Amino acid sequence: MTSPTETPETSGAAPSRPGAPAPTAGPALEVTGLTTTFSRGGRQVLAVRGVDVSVGAGESLVLLGESGSGKSVTIRSILRLYGSSARHTGSVVLGDQDLMRLDAAAVRAVRGRTLAMVPQDPNGSLDPLRPVGRQLEQVLRLHGVVADRKAARARALELLALVGIPSPPRVAASHPHELSGGMRQRVAIAIAVACDPAVLLADEPTTALDVTVQSQILDLFGDLQERLGTALLLVTHDVSVAADVADRVAVMYAGSIVEEGPAREVLENPRHPYTQALLDAIPRPTSERGHLKAIPGSPPVAGTDFHGCSFADRCALAQESCRTQPPALLPVADGHRAACPVANPVVAA
Amino acid sequence: MSPAGEPGPAGEKLLDVVDLAKTFPNGTRAADDVSFTVARGETLGVVGESGCGKSTTAKMVLRLLQPDRGTVTFAGTDVLRARGRDLKEVRRGLQLVPQNPQTSFNPRLTVRSSLEFNLRAHGVARRAWRSTVDDMLVRCGLRAEQGDSYPHELSGGQLQRAAIARALVTGPDLVVCDEAVSALDKSVQAQVLNLLAELQSDLGVSYLFISHDLSVVEHISDRVLVMYLGRVVEQATAGSLYRDPAHPYTKALLSSAPGAPGERIVLTGEPPNPADPPSGCTFRTRCPWVMDTCAAERPLLAVTPTGSLAACHLNLTSRPALAAPSPA
Amino acid sequence: MTTQAPALAPAAVSRPRTARRARRLPAPALVSAVVLAAVAALTLLAPLISPYGPLEGDLAARLQPIGSPGHLLGTDGQGRDVLTRLLHGARPSLLAGLLPVVFAAAVGIVLGLVAALGHPRVHTLVMRSLDVLYAFPAVLLAIAIAAALGSGISNAIIALAVILVPPVARVTESEAMRIKSADFMAAAQVSGAGRVSIALRQVLPNVAPGVVVYATALVGLSIVYAAGLSYLGLGVSPPTAEWGVMVSEMQQYLFTAPSLLLVPAVAILVVSVAFNVLGDGLRDFFNVRTDAS
Ligand SMILES: Nc1ncnc2c1ncn2[C@@H]1O[C@H](COP(=O)(O)OP(=O)(O)OP(=O)(O)O)[C@@H](O)[C@H]1O
Ligand SMILES: Nc1ncnc2c1ncn2[C@@H]1O[C@H](COP(=O)(O)OP(=O)(O)OP(=O)(O)O)[C@@H](O)[C@H]1O
Ligand SMILES: [Mg+2]
Ligand SMILES: [Mg+2]
Repeated sequence: MTSPTETPETSGAAPSRPGAPAPTAGPALEVTGLTTTFSRGGRQVLAVRGVDVSVGAGESLVLLGESGSGKSVTIRSILRLYGSSARHTGSVVLGDQDLMRLDAAAVRAVRGRTLAMVPQDPNGSLDPLRPVGRQLEQVLRLHGVVADRKAARARALELLALVGIPSPPRVAASHPHELSGGMRQRVAIAIAVACDPAVLLADEPTTALDVTVQSQILDLFGDLQERLGTALLLVTHDVSVAADVADRVAVMYAGSIVEEGPAREVLENPRHPYTQALLDAIPRPTSERGHLKAIPGSPPVAGTDFHGCSFADRCALAQESCRTQPPALLPVADGHRAACPVANPVVAA
Repeated sequence: MSPAGEPGPAGEKLLDVVDLAKTFPNGTRAADDVSFTVARGETLGVVGESGCGKSTTAKMVLRLLQPDRGTVTFAGTDVLRARGRDLKEVRRGLQLVPQNPQTSFNPRLTVRSSLEFNLRAHGVARRAWRSTVDDMLVRCGLRAEQGDSYPHELSGGQLQRAAIARALVTGPDLVVCDEAVSALDKSVQAQVLNLLAELQSDLGVSYLFISHDLSVVEHISDRVLVMYLGRVVEQATAGSLYRDPAHPYTKALLSSAPGAPGERIVLTGEPPNPADPPSGCTFRTRCPWVMDTCAAERPLLAVTPTGSLAACHLNLTSRPALAAPSPA
Repeated sequence: MTTQAPALAPAAVSRPRTARRARRLPAPALVSAVVLAAVAALTLLAPLISPYGPLEGDLAARLQPIGSPGHLLGTDGQGRDVLTRLLHGARPSLLAGLLPVVFAAAVGIVLGLVAALGHPRVHTLVMRSLDVLYAFPAVLLAIAIAAALGSGISNAIIALAVILVPPVARVTESEAMRIKSADFMAAAQVSGAGRVSIALRQVLPNVAPGVVVYATALVGLSIVYAAGLSYLGLGVSPPTAEWGVMVSEMQQYLFTAPSLLLVPAVAILVVSVAFNVLGDGLRDFFNVRTDAS
């Protein structure tokens, strides 16, 4: 596994967005050595294998990676959403608190207020039986951001307009099933940003949105970051979104982070073979139908044990040592780390 | 000249949708005279703003939602009136990959049971179930043993692949893919798109492919349908649509795609309320080229000089005006 | 989330299989399950372990107090051993509690599914008919039906089954209506499967846990009702040992030997409460699984 303690904080921690407030002492969210284990039919499934991420105030970190690599589990674990159905090790430090050491009530108080999430599946988080406007008002009142019912209603409509919903009163009065997929997703975003969170965890928040609305949402996030110094951890499969918003990018594969660094660096000069293959698979106007470059083979199933590099079985560069020696996440350039000694033989001191 | 917006004479019409309309009880006009056809072995892409009625149209085609008027004909059968054997035949031939993979699986059944449910419905012999399901899961980029997971134990992308496997496992003729690859990473997406293309060239499967990802739509589609506020505003071959969009909304949409060449056309104004759409052309409130006739008259789909179909008054007057926008 | 992990101290982390605890019944429900298992065992073993015959009385030893030598729970007005009668009485009492619920669950689930998934007119028809039954107080209705059919345990069971059908059907119907609008039902419809197949394979697995929870609690109620019917002379008739009958027989000694009346009453109460608690526990147990998604 990686050895986070020796690696100095990456230079990307300083916000590159102009006008963003200078980060106060340390990152807003610092996750160290996070592991998450489920037990399934008596078998232990290690879904997250020691993840380190840190996001500074006003900074945005984009998490890219293989489907099923543990991005959602990481986010849900940070929020302690699995309760007793999963086990964790590691620490999740938010401000000066370690969430992994707080009791359930204290975690609930943090959730939705300082630490908010846009879930990958908006359906799961919306109550099918109540109009979405009510649900938004309830969040506002629960955390005491508004004075009374009237203020809550006004703010709810304002938030719906902010996320680009046409005719907010109509949507506020609708039940979730009366909304289109993209509208539900925007309602979930409105709920997440309702309380001006210090840290926003967004799990594929724009997959169901057209490009116009998508850029509106990304602007909204950018505005939160500028105005309040919100730290953003965003999961996406859309490389153009990553290029657009990320200060830094981390790439996940099979439960670990395999590459991490400044956004431009990682996207334009990827150092890990997985990242390279991932970026190669994007459809281009020139690619012939039926001949996109998918990575051959499939990733290890969550829960199986492997000794060396998790990508070795699918990697063109794989050597004998890759199957025995787990690669560490080592610096390859300024603030850029990758877990592949083969592709990056000369390790910068 | 036959318009490129229509399938060529070679393509037999598999799905023929005529004038579908739906207004929900709360007044939302989600589909307004939507017509299109899909030929055997063809992919029709559908793009358009979120909330413009794409999923609603898909649901009506699949008879999950009763339209106010209009007809859907699939392989010669009237889908909306079919009963008994005919309906069963339509159900086998017409499958769906729904927009929300997470909720489209029964939480109390394993993924395998969900796929087997479909096989059972079509009378596939029980002893063939295991191998058929395993085979399809693997082709969709999952492992056979992942079939034994419950939906909450799989990631969003894994479930999306399972949903694709479920749609394909009974060997359909036409698959409605509603945001079917949006939750996949680019490598798995490539694998799934390759699989869809392979099934198409081997078995002649057709797709109605709804997506917000313009590059994916361009890649997979033969023709593309552009919707705006419940109406079809443009229909063209993928090549000509991306090269030379005819409708102002299409132009704006394509120009706002990340990495699109040329200047980005920013749409001013709010999207209108679908419960109270503007008169005439529904896009006129945001159109940079709006004219007087736009409020008075609803433009109908008409053949453009490039052979596409577009519902825009400008088509009939001065086409070149589109090249040099002069925002009003 | 109904359950939360304790703050993760390193020690807690290394404890194996923490996650499995989520699948276990809560403690009170476990206790209830153990109690009920014990009662069931004693009931089955009654003929073997009871010291006397259930009808065998010694008029010379009437109304012995609890704890008398040879009569652990004393004797009743006819000198019959109370412990023996309690053990023998358990079988008809439990049967009269369980069987009506089993019948009612079978019929109620079918009616509920038919109502929820059938044509809207069928829905109206079924639900209105159930409303008619609902219009009468359940207890009075049971008494009326039992009285009309005549006394005897099987008639009591029929009467109770009839009054328990509407609540089970209602619970099934409302759960099924909720499931009906779920996204996966659209997928099931597109599959081309018939209505019956969808009802049995897609809806029932989602409805069943709720109904099982509800039915378990109903058993507690049904046991009390059954005892009540016997008490009124509408169920099991004396001298057969049955808990309701025992209450009725001992009532006349309410002032001379009050503690004897407590024995069957406590038995009814304990079993009834145990079923209720077990039902509650099952609800938590099932909920944990659905919430995990
Ligand atoms: N509750 C659970 N029990 C057991 N395994 C689980 C559970 N939740 C997730 N997993 C497994 O953990 C792995 C990581 O899942 P996760 O949802 O984090 O993936 P992801 O990176 O978000 O992928 P995607 O991009 O497809 O959403 C998957 O292989 C999944 O099967
Ligand atoms: N059951 C319903 N009752 C009322 N209105 C509905 C219902 N279902 C959909 N709508 C409305 O119809 C419109 C079209 O919805 P639809 O789901 O077809 O959009 P979509 O094009 O699929 O959008 P997206 O890309 O966001 O999924 C929306 O305004 C939505 O609010
Ligand atoms: Mg995910
Ligand atoms: Mg949709």
